[in-house]
Amino acid sequence: MDFPFELLLNALIAGLLLGGFYAAVTVGISISFGILDIVNIAHPAFIILGSYIAYIVNQRLGLDPILTAVIVLPVFYMLGSAVYQVYYLSFEKRGQEALRGLAFFFGLLFVTEVLLILVFGVDYRYVQAAYIEKTLRFGFFDLPLRMLVPFLVSAVLLAGLQIFLSKTFTGRAIMAVAQDQLALSLMAADPIRIKRIAFAISIATAAIAGALLIIIQPVEPSVGREYIGRVFAICVLGGMGSLPGTVIAALLLGIVESITSTFYGPSWAPAVAFGFLLLTLAVRPAGLLGR
Amino acid sequence: MRNWQFFLAALAVSGLAYLGTRLIGNDYVYFAGYVVLQFVVLATAWNILGGYCGYVNFGSAAFFAIGAYSTVALHKFPQLSARYLPETLNSVVEFIFPLSIPVMIVIGGAIAGLVGLGTGYLTLRLRGVFFAIATLALAVVLQTLIVNWDYVGGSRGAYIIRPNTTPYFDINYIEYLFIIMLLLAVIAITVARSIERSQLGYGFATIRDDELAAEATGVPTLRLKLIATTLSGAFMGMAGAPFPFYIGYLEPSSAFGLAYAVNAIAMPMIGGTTSWVGPLLGAILLGTLQQVASVTISSAVSLLIVGLLLVFFVIIAPNGIIGLWQDYFPRKEAPARENSKAEAT
Repeated sequence: MDFPFELLLNALIAGLLLGGFYAAVTVGISISFGILDIVNIAHPAFIILGSYIAYIVNQRLGLDPILTAVIVLPVFYMLGSAVYQVYYLSFEKRGQEALRGLAFFFGLLFVTEVLLILVFGVDYRYVQAAYIEKTLRFGFFDLPLRMLVPFLVSAVLLAGLQIFLSKTFTGRAIMAVAQDQLALSLMAADPIRIKRIAFAISIATAAIAGALLIIIQPVEPSVGREYIGRVFAICVLGGMGSLPGTVIAALLLGIVESITSTFYGPSWAPAVAFGFLLLTLAVRPAGLLGR
Repeated sequence: MRNWQFFLAALAVSGLAYLGTRLIGNDYVYFAGYVVLQFVVLATAWNILGGYCGYVNFGSAAFFAIGAYSTVALHKFPQLSARYLPETLNSVVEFIFPLSIPVMIVIGGAIAGLVGLGTGYLTLRLRGVFFAIATLALAVVLQTLIVNWDYVGGSRGAYIIRPNTTPYFDINYIEYLFIIMLLLAVIAITVARSIERSQLGYGFATIRDDELAAEATGVPTLRLKLIATTLSGAFMGMAGAPFPFYIGYLEPSSAFGLAYAVNAIAMPMIGGTTSWVGPLLGAILLGTLQQVASVTISSAVSLLIVGLLLVFFVIIAPNGIIGLWQDYFPRKEAPARENSKAEAT
């Protein structure tokens, strides 16, 4: 049998597109876990929440999921702000973030999931949009718009965030808060306020990632759990809080997962992320582009 | 109280509890009681690592499922050997199998303990939070493996017919399972308590309070952490090993259910993590509450209650029910603690 070159190429392209989407899913964790050191394992739950909001609006008003996500961005921003406030007052201030802070986020993850199950049930939900069922064909490889649109949105999101973090005062303050809080407060910036803004932004990205998720695949409340391993694997591999690193790691994981599921079957794909995570932790804990 | 005295006392108490259930004379007590006791073991096991060392394990469900699936694999083994092994070996297998449940518990515990050791070895040399994340991912990956492993039923699940009678006594099988779980709970609690009062326990406490300082003063932190992950994983596996016989039909999504992970964390957190009383108290309270709520309302609502209680307790009462108790009924040295607090602030 000759080597299935076309299959490999298609798997590569599908993996690239998937990886682009993973970058959007992970960027929130890169900010909260990578930069702020807040182990927000509830992030995937917020993403699923975003998916369901996109679903409801799409069902009732027929609005485009991505447009919905942009509209609800401020709501998610406020939500993130509120969550950080609770987290700061109850755990960070008391120095208890290690054990109880983790348990807090785990509780949030669980409560969100169970609430969604209670309200919507465990059926798979999906959205309708003009581009979801179309596919561009170039010769022998396919570009499904269902994957291409999330890829492009994700690219815009990450580029925007990177510019924000490196050019604006607030963005640079966010990068600084990871390095030296005391120095930041000497520059007349309140570290707590900066952290709150950063965490709120990380939750806001969940709105977009959620909309992208429900464009790519049907969603049910416990889908988020599959993403926990993935997002942390990408975040660690990318070097904790480096956005370019996140993109590279996401594309890498997307490609490897896509090739695995093409050649060995999709049911093995979730194990890939864990292998990546363990390998990274064992070989190079600082990640690809570690600080 | 010495450890063996405590063990005997705990045995006596559980014996009395068992006699109490006999007086009720309804099998449902055993079905409900088994689940509560299983959570006592799970919560105590979680607390050995989480409460004593301060390392969060989100993968309780994975360790539980390892125990459960090792039972399934062992239960099905005679079929496999009859087909593939030569006659002489097969007769040996037929002599040994079917294994009794206590043996399966030991094997399931050993396998889960080894997995705990491996996960700990790979991740515990780094910051503690990586261990927590790795355990979360471990659950997903093990589930993937089980789904793809046809021998134990794959995603279709596996049936295990619960025998009607027990090998040793003339009692109902569910009663037999209940007694086994009761004994296991007594053992787990005794082990947890003896750790608490031993050198090992003080070593664990130093890791929880300040790992860097502990390391600097010569505490072998990595070795202690590995002991804790192994013990904790082993007890979780033991809690899961009899589960296929209880449930009768095991499938990956129920064995790996997030409910186990949440309960294993919520129960010690709500009870109080610093002593063996906390997980016991939390498991009995939450376990009973869930049994009542799933019968009267629905199982989803009962899970929601657990999640909300967990969030509520870690915010409002970080030291659990035991902490609340100690605040309201302070011991003699408590005034001194108040003073030191006042000085600090």
